[in-house]
Amino acid sequence: MSGLAERAGPAVATGAAPILAVDRVSSFYGDFQALFDVSLEVAEGETLAIVGANGAGKSTLLKVIAGLVPAGGGEVRFDGASLARVAAHERVRRGISLVPEGRRVFPSLSVDENLRVGAYRARPGRWTIAAVRELFPVLADRGRRSAAVLSGGEQQALAIGRALMANPRLLLLDEVSLGLDPIVVKQLYAALPQIRAAGTTILLVEQNIDQALTAADRVSCLLEGRISLTGRPADLTREQITAAYFGV
Amino acid sequence: MEWVNAAVQGILLGGLYALLATGLSLVFGVMRLVNLAHGDLGILAAFFALVILEATRANALLSLAIVVPFMMLVGYVLQRGVLNRTLEGGVLPPLLATFGLAVVIQNGLLTVFTADSQGLDAGAIETASLRLTDQLAIGWLPVLTLTVAIVVLGGLQLLLDRTQLGRVLRATADDAPAARLMGINDRHIFAVAMAISLGTVAIGGVFLGIRTTFGPFDGPARLIFAFEAVIIGGLGSLWGTLVGGIVLGVAQTVGNQIDPAYQILAGHLVFLAILVIRPTGLFPRAVSRAA
Amino acid sequence: MSAGPGAGVVGTATARPSTAFRVERGTLASRLTAIVGLVLLAILAAVPAWGTSGMMKLLVEFLTLLAMAQMWNLLAGFAGLVSIGQQAFVGVGAYGIFVFLNLVHTDIVVALAGTAIVGLGVAAVTSLFAFRLRDGYFAVGTWVIAEVIRILILLSPALGAGTGVTIRPPAGLSAGGRLDITYWLALVVGFGSIAVVALIMRSRLGLALRAIRDGEMSAASVGVNVQRTKRIVFLVAAVGCAVAGAVYYLQLLRIQPNAAFGVDWTARMIFIVVIGGLGRIEGPIVGAIVYFTLREVLADYGAAYLAALGLVAIAVVVIAPRGLWGVVESRLPALFAVQRRLVVTEPPATSSIDSRKEPGPT
Repeated sequence: MSGLAERAGPAVATGAAPILAVDRVSSFYGDFQALFDVSLEVAEGETLAIVGANGAGKSTLLKVIAGLVPAGGGEVRFDGASLARVAAHERVRRGISLVPEGRRVFPSLSVDENLRVGAYRARPGRWTIAAVRELFPVLADRGRRSAAVLSGGEQQALAIGRALMANPRLLLLDEVSLGLDPIVVKQLYAALPQIRAAGTTILLVEQNIDQALTAADRVSCLLEGRISLTGRPADLTREQITAAYFGV
Repeated sequence: MEWVNAAVQGILLGGLYALLATGLSLVFGVMRLVNLAHGDLGILAAFFALVILEATRANALLSLAIVVPFMMLVGYVLQRGVLNRTLEGGVLPPLLATFGLAVVIQNGLLTVFTADSQGLDAGAIETASLRLTDQLAIGWLPVLTLTVAIVVLGGLQLLLDRTQLGRVLRATADDAPAARLMGINDRHIFAVAMAISLGTVAIGGVFLGIRTTFGPFDGPARLIFAFEAVIIGGLGSLWGTLVGGIVLGVAQTVGNQIDPAYQILAGHLVFLAILVIRPTGLFPRAVSRAA
Repeated sequence: MSAGPGAGVVGTATARPSTAFRVERGTLASRLTAIVGLVLLAILAAVPAWGTSGMMKLLVEFLTLLAMAQMWNLLAGFAGLVSIGQQAFVGVGAYGIFVFLNLVHTDIVVALAGTAIVGLGVAAVTSLFAFRLRDGYFAVGTWVIAEVIRILILLSPALGAGTGVTIRPPAGLSAGGRLDITYWLALVVGFGSIAVVALIMRSRLGLALRAIRDGEMSAASVGVNVQRTKRIVFLVAAVGCAVAGAVYYLQLLRIQPNAAFGVDWTARMIFIVVIGGLGRIEGPIVGAIVYFTLREVLADYGAAYLAALGLVAIAVVVIAPRGLWGVVESRLPALFAVQRRLVVTEPPATSSIDSRKEPGPT
């Protein structure tokens, strides 16, 4: 418990407006409702982890924030402004970048080209291709190689680096650890502090609770499309989290 | 010796086919759309050049300066206004919409211009030739056509390989939703691809109109030649399309040498042979695409 | 304490659910349609007794084109195969009937049967090439093959080469008699095409097609042989177009290769299906009526009429992709029953899950 208190990031109750406000958002895939009136707020510079079982709606929530999936009800506000009519590609310009589930690197482009495409609508900031290569040295080594031949962990590093190239204010990470072995996952998470140090707000979705708890300032749990728990890792017991995760 | 001559003429003819085929290949690569009106759009460009020629008495080659940008604009508006809406519904809507477009263009041209054969005047270059040996002469126009084809293809390849727009086009072709996460407006990029496509087919159409006569219903034949060139060369490869065009051109001219009635049939037979022997084409690009 | 083996396990002792059910397909609407169809067929069959030859010729054209549209709809709407080369089979039908009637000297019915077989053969060979291509490229590939056949015919003096041929009707048949026979054959072809498509869609083949339409990989994973299913449909559609083409030219008599193998045939099929409604049996019927009505009304406008038709087709594809029938479909019952419904005649006696809740471990 000792180290956790120090790592508690800026508390939400500073009075500053949250950079991201999800306000009673619902989402549907045809007849199926994935999110039910979900509300949460994230302060600038904070790292919020969203955990939950498969199918709980975590990815859907990120996709709604990124604009890939429409909000069937409710509203998402970024920096106070509603994102209601803002298309996905425009949200990048505003400072929201999503690292999608499954990496989705561009297979017919090289590593360098993937990074450069990430800079298509880059905002000014510290993330240049050199800075990203420093963050993930493997990307410097593999620069000219096709993204398709990278290993899973390397692709994940590329996907994160690619999102950083836009210099986002809000970085959305969808299931970074999915399908990767634990050592690789640890290495990827080791990069997060540097991203946080740049002032970036991070919203990360994880099935791996332990990793999420070590990385995040606050944790929210999604259960069948609803928030079942929110709090700081230091303040939550294992039993509380398990209960919220599985709904028992 | 006539066979050598036939082969040389075929190679040069291949340049024209490559020009006609490039746009078809590009649009398919970026959006999986087979534009059934592709040939008709080339003929439309030729008719547009005709209008400019009749108004200005200029050389057909100069008319390219107006025809190409105009057709690029048509392509952008067509994609953004109509064809983008057909992309979500699966395979059928784009095919049916472009087929409808082909019919509209053909009959629209017929109504405006009648069924008369037309030609574009490019002056002396149409008949000027270069004597290589005693028995072998090549026309300057076909040489120019092949050269332009190589320049256009090379330029397009450079655009794709070296520029940000090229990277964006390739990324969108790989995975359009993921591209949106990069801030890429895929609707706009598809329209840019169609604009480039129509720009190249416009060049091909004008050169076609200079080389031979054309009429409102000559589009489908060009679509078939373009399509054959793409398949022979291999999907996904621009230089392959050039090779495919040349193979098709040589097949046709050699067939013509055997008997003029066999010219087009020879091209079709070579195409069918490739389908059976090497269905992926001569230089296919092996790339794993996102679904 | 854990239960012994078998105590807590559902297995041998539990009865199979004693639920009786049957599979039903017919609905009130579909039965009505069948009755109406038969009545209509009877009325139309009597037309030669009182109708004009002009009217009969128009009906022949309508019925054969309807049949071709049903075939194109079977390919594209049900099997997802867009072919722009169906004109190959129309032309094969035309030349086939000529060959059998005038070169081999058979009677009409045998000639039609022979033409169907030739159409089948041509389709089998065509599929060897065409099925190496997918989607849009399959579409153009079928067109190329149609062109190859057209050129081969143009190069065949025995088949009239570029000038074409004229069918000489069987001797001893008056012009009126010929038209009557052709007309009844057209009725068979037109109504028959609807029946064939309906029967296919009601069969296992139809189930397979709908599964493929929903998702090829999923269909394959439940055991549908996707390639073979598509091939069978391709062959059926080819034979259908060949027979329809044969009957059409039996009426027209004059066969011109560029017209018989012209892509216009497929263009008409496409317009009828797209405007009427893709993927529904009712679609081509609606579409054919619209097409012929428009043609009669706008006959004077020539090419502009065709351009307008193209614009309508584009508009339909973009705005109402399910066609005219698709627009009214939600308000009207399906006229052709192809959905299966499970009708439970005896509710289950006990739920097998309940029987799991027996007394726990003692």
